Amino acid sequence: MNSQIFHPFVLPFVLGMAFVLTYCFVGLFKVILQLPKDDRRQFLRSLVTPKTAWANIRDLFGDCLFHVKIWKRNPLLGYMHSAIAFGWFMIIVIGHVMLFTLKPLEGVEVEGFARTFTNFYYPIFFKYFAEETPVFAFLMDFFLLMIISGILIAVAKKIHSKIVGVKRVTKFGFADNMIRFALWTIFPFRLIAEKTNIMAFWWLYSFDLLIFMFMLPFTRYMHIPTEALFILMRHAGLNAREPRKGYALAQLYSCPSCGLCIDACPMSVNDKMSGNTSAYFMKKLRNKDSEEAKRIAETCLMCGKCVMICPVSIESCDIKFSQRAAVPYEIHSDHSYLDVISTEAERSGEISSTKPKTLYFAGCMTQLTPKIMRAMQQIMESAGEEYDFLDKDGGICCGRPMLLSGKVAEAQAMIAKNTELIKKSGATKLVLSCPICYKVFKDEYHLEGVEIQHHTQYINELVKNGKLKVKKADVNYVYHDPCELGRAYGVYDEPREAIENVGNLLKAKSEKELSICCGGSLGSFNLTQKERDEITSNSVADLMFNNPDEIVTACPLCLKTFARKSPVPVKDIAELFVVHQA
Amino acid sequence: MDFGFCLSPSSHVKMDDIDLTTFNRLKDANPDINTCIACGSCTATCTAGNFTEMSFRRILLMLQRGKEEEAKKMIQRCMLCGKCTLVCPRGINIRKILLDITR
Repeated sequence: MNSQIFHPFVLPFVLGMAFVLTYCFVGLFKVILQLPKDDRRQFLRSLVTPKTAWANIRDLFGDCLFHVKIWKRNPLLGYMHSAIAFGWFMIIVIGHVMLFTLKPLEGVEVEGFARTFTNFYYPIFFKYFAEETPVFAFLMDFFLLMIISGILIAVAKKIHSKIVGVKRVTKFGFADNMIRFALWTIFPFRLIAEKTNIMAFWWLYSFDLLIFMFMLPFTRYMHIPTEALFILMRHAGLNAREPRKGYALAQLYSCPSCGLCIDACPMSVNDKMSGNTSAYFMKKLRNKDSEEAKRIAETCLMCGKCVMICPVSIESCDIKFSQRAAVPYEIHSDHSYLDVISTEAERSGEISSTKPKTLYFAGCMTQLTPKIMRAMQQIMESAGEEYDFLDKDGGICCGRPMLLSGKVAEAQAMIAKNTELIKKSGATKLVLSCPICYKVFKDEYHLEGVEIQHHTQYINELVKNGKLKVKKADVNYVYHDPCELGRAYGVYDEPREAIENVGNLLKAKSEKELSICCGGSLGSFNLTQKERDEITSNSVADLMFNNPDEIVTACPLCLKTFARKSPVPVKDIAELFVVHQA
Repeated sequence: MDFGFCLSPSSHVKMDDIDLTTFNRLKDANPDINTCIACGSCTATCTAGNFTEMSFRRILLMLQRGKEEEAKKMIQRCMLCGKCTLVCPRGINIRKILLDITR
């Protein structure tokens, strides 16, 4: 113990801390001010709404403090992160508890500003200035050793990432590597300083803190303070409207570049393409490398797996979408011809004359795979359904591909026309064969009184009601979850339930929310056919894990894509119910 | 002198006089354009082509002939549904090219 209240070695730390606090507060106000007025009001209101406030508290503890999502992903990885982050949090907390319970400054002549100032650094260098009680000393040593054990795992992960179940790790630049080195050395220096009381180590400890805090805003460790803000904004239900402003900015800074999305991304079939993953997109966009950010945003398949797997729940697809929407176009689409179509269709039209309850919309992709359309027609006829086609001889695109290119206003023209046609038909149920259409109909269309079903749900319902009679055959099927049906809308059980009526359902290696995109996604503009083929082969290999006789999918685009690479027949779910009809 | 009839204007394109900067820029960014065999699969499947004169094959031809304005007018009909890209026997990323032209 040293009978003094100040030593110059605390100054680097104080300087770093002051810098980081200033930066964070300025950043906080910047982000809140950048929010559009309505969003800001919505955000502030959510803070006092009991339901969101409770969700905030739950996630602030669960995500920021206990890192539940990382534990779920891989326990060793969870321990590594918790040991460092939670351990550090605890030694800061215990430092403060000691300051206020042991009252080391009682009887010392310090007043006013000097007293407040000591509060700032005392908890961090407590051992140097005052004596700990045995219980506190034990707790401090315990958490310090816990942090060091976490750092040892981190070092091992750096050498061989597979020990924590990670195949590909994010490649970092100089700044990120340097701050990581600073972080790794902070705690050993502190331990040595505390045990030996050698001045040099107290200085090194303090300088390491300075380096860490000074670099924090410019590196991935900015996720430490930002994630809390992001959680509050996420629960407020905000949308990323501009790629580098407001809510999106909070997300960019919350991304820890942990790289879990790299292994998850269907594009990570080789090193070159793994550079197109969300971790890099967020980094490039944050560092204002707008050309690269634009390129990655337009290369992404938009399958949503990175969003699903992200331990911070960053909605990177939304940010990519806003990035796409921010690209200016010289020539704007002109879909005024749509008006003419509708009148013609009505005049010649079956659409308004008979009024069947069920309306079937095949969509562009199903038009390219007419066997699905024929199968659906047969199924509806066998089931005795009253139905009509919305696009028998080619209809209007649903608008999702246009939306995916960021042209929101243009997509609305198609959405409006389709809505008009559907409303005029008087149908109460709309059946879609294409998950791409399904997503946009669910998200963007306002069809009150019309139930929207994907054909997997529709067929399952027909079988359940006994309208469609099938017999079970001894064929082994594996089902591929289309991204826009599974991850986007959680339609996992209906197709599986349906398939079990006609055959044996095997498991794929990655299923349901972990399902791998077929590679054909309309979400990507830039991928070449060769690159897509590589993704498809990887996805097919994953489906062939249990050697099925046939691959079944529920998306015409997946069907077309898989057919190029699959060693076994690929079928749409509708086809099975034609083959196996009783 | 008015004879009450006239010859229609020539559609002859003088390849030496036309400005191909747009097409060349497009070609540099998307070298797969060179592999097009003008089979017309893109046109045959086109969703917008069902209702209008929209044809990617013709857009490409117009750009090659320096008829930029006509190409740009036709491209406005596109719904970006991507069927053309899927059916292209040469694996040309047509959707990307369409987007590039409008930028």
